[in-house]
Amino acid sequence: MRPVHLLVTASAALVSLSALSACGKDDAASGKDAAVKVTATDSSCELGAKTGAAGATTFKMTNNGSQVNELEILAPDGKIVSERENVGPGTGAEITVTLSAGTYKILCSAGMTGKGPSQSYTVTGTGKASDPRLDQAVAAYRVYIGDQVDDTLAKTKKFAASVSKGDLAGAKAGFAPSRFGWEAIEPVAESFGDIDPKVDLREADLKKGDKWTGWHRLEKALWKTKSLKGEGPYADQLVKDLETLKARVGTASINATSMANGAKELLDEVATGKITGEEDTFSHTDLSDFKANLDGAQKVFELLRPVVQERDAALTGDLTDEFAKVQKLLTKYEKGNAYVSYDTVGKEQRKELSDEVNALGEPLSKLAGVVAK
Amino acid sequence: MTEVSRRRLFGYSGVTLAAGAAAGAGLVSVAQAHEGPATSDGAVPFFGAHQSGIATPVQDRLHFASFDVVTEDKNRLVRMLKEWTAAGAALTAGHPYGAAAGGLPESPPDDTGEALGLPPARLTLTVGFGPTLFDKGGKDRFGLKARRPAPLIDLPHFPGDNLDAARSGGDICVQACADDPQVAVHAIRNLARIGFGVVAVRWSQLGFGKTSSTTPDQQTPRNMFGFKDGTRNISGDDQAALDRHVWAAAKDGASWMHGGSYVVTRRIRMHIETWDRTSLQEQQDVFGRMKGEGNAYGTKREHDPVPLAKLPADAHVRLAHPDSNGGVQILRRGYSFTDGSDGLGRLDAGLFFIAYQRDPRAQFVVLQNRLAADDHMNEYVQHVGSGIFACPPGVRKGGFWGETLLT
Repeated sequence: MRPVHLLVTASAALVSLSALSACGKDDAASGKDAAVKVTATDSSCELGAKTGAAGATTFKMTNNGSQVNELEILAPDGKIVSERENVGPGTGAEITVTLSAGTYKILCSAGMTGKGPSQSYTVTGTGKASDPRLDQAVAAYRVYIGDQVDDTLAKTKKFAASVSKGDLAGAKAGFAPSRFGWEAIEPVAESFGDIDPKVDLREADLKKGDKWTGWHRLEKALWKTKSLKGEGPYADQLVKDLETLKARVGTASINATSMANGAKELLDEVATGKITGEEDTFSHTDLSDFKANLDGAQKVFELLRPVVQERDAALTGDLTDEFAKVQKLLTKYEKGNAYVSYDTVGKEQRKELSDEVNALGEPLSKLAGVVAK
Repeated sequence: MTEVSRRRLFGYSGVTLAAGAAAGAGLVSVAQAHEGPATSDGAVPFFGAHQSGIATPVQDRLHFASFDVVTEDKNRLVRMLKEWTAAGAALTAGHPYGAAAGGLPESPPDDTGEALGLPPARLTLTVGFGPTLFDKGGKDRFGLKARRPAPLIDLPHFPGDNLDAARSGGDICVQACADDPQVAVHAIRNLARIGFGVVAVRWSQLGFGKTSSTTPDQQTPRNMFGFKDGTRNISGDDQAALDRHVWAAAKDGASWMHGGSYVVTRRIRMHIETWDRTSLQEQQDVFGRMKGEGNAYGTKREHDPVPLAKLPADAHVRLAHPDSNGGVQILRRGYSFTDGSDGLGRLDAGLFFIAYQRDPRAQFVVLQNRLAADDHMNEYVQHVGSGIFACPPGVRKGGFWGETLLT
């Protein structure tokens, strides 16, 4: 992580991606009504508003029931516009969709059966209808985020078990894989400003009086002090903090533009933290984080591709080429299931990696503008 | 490519507003402004038979950048050079390239913006192609090997050279000169940004305090040794001398270089601290020139004809003088540089030597062999970086940098 992201303010209930608030479409900036509240129990589904104007609309669900719930937005023809699954009891979730005039159905499905109580929501006016493919991309990206959080949590549990057992070799082997899912969705994960410093703060970023927890603390214990004595509780805390992320990640506010900005931020992470070897300064596993950032950015591009292809074929061609080139260059550094230690990557090779990252980062910075058009 | 035209349009419409010109006149009026003599706001014409930045009166500041081409797709290279040309025309006229502010809020601004509100500052951008563009270790990446001009040689090793590969060579160079360093740096920064994916910066050099003048009536500037040098430079308005020594001609062997020129760059580190504790007498003997007035030994004033025999045999001015070299001359356009200090607390300073010529084999190589062998100054300098580039002729309206080579 980079310290700058600590500036993103956190609120327990709803945290916006920095990119989203910057795009000028959040409710406060545009003067539109705030999100439509959806309050679910195991047997009810109440809306804070029954009507709204055409355009971008955010539904914010709170699950007050005892069962895992699901929020669905159904178009007048009955097709699903967007949905959010796995909304745990006592947690929330958010969906942003762009709606044109018509009567929609907002459905809460306790137990995630696809059935449940619903309310009508009527949209009027002639706001520009969004490309439904963008809404689909956002929905698919939310699934991807969920998968990555599950992955990082499962592997961190394994990593933590090794730490607690004092198994130095096992913990070293598990360190980089445990970070992969987190790194793939870093901008989203970092938008929870209170979780990020707990799990991903680097020693160099500590302020006076800060308590150092998280991956990099354990990294130093493994590679520098080479002792896991007393580190078990920190490993357990890391797992707990990631469980908090899992519970809250559904409330992250995401739209197609913020997705695209997130992809650009992932490349920024590579350009400023990984290329220089600052991220994993003790373990030198920077290339694993590099790969995760790259994959996360490429996922966003692939999900947005149908729309981007139509609006800017040249940009799509450039991005396709450049993603392929960076991926190919990275394969040169593969070693078994992992990557070579970054301290063995020489100055000229780092320059080559840096040039490729710049070659990809520049066109990638244009993605959000194309999506927002 | 639609991207280019969009940026052009934004750039020029921005220009129109900034200049307060009548709406709708933007593109045409700006294009016309590039024709004719330098404008009163300090803009140097971009289009013409020769690239600007060679015979142009030397500006105060330099940012010189050398790029490696990182694609093997010739079409992408051409596309970039076309976009560079559009950017060059806008920047040298003092306009941003595309929107620096007021564009889509979701997109990064096209132009980086630090030159907004600054005058053109006589910005010139001069592009050249290095030997490796034509042949990189035997690889003919762009089908240009057969078009490599004979004068574009791989420079030989000169005695005393201690070249750093990371400060030498390159496939493409851009020399940005301006009277304001921010304008020059802005130009290189934006060209590098446009070029990502096609080119990558290999090295770049900032320079200040022009060390040569191409306008005889200007006071000859001093270099970091505190001496006037380059007194007898080719004048930028001496057409006969330019045609004879600077501009390449079709009959020289490469028709695409007609009207172009070959540039040699050398990063010459000066051993400042040892020089400073050298006696005035030895300093003057090194040059063969008095430090105060700048007059050569045996003369009264700086521009008096130099009686070569009255100068020490190993004096720099004597060895470099055309009369000592069968009339060989080069157009010098170098700048002093100071890149802070080296790790040993010494000033990392010297001369970034830039010389334009018609054929380096008969000009720079001849002169440098002579200087490297005998120049007293070698005790106080070391060549640590080197480059040679074929600068194509000027850009015609509607054309692009390198058009004669790449089409």
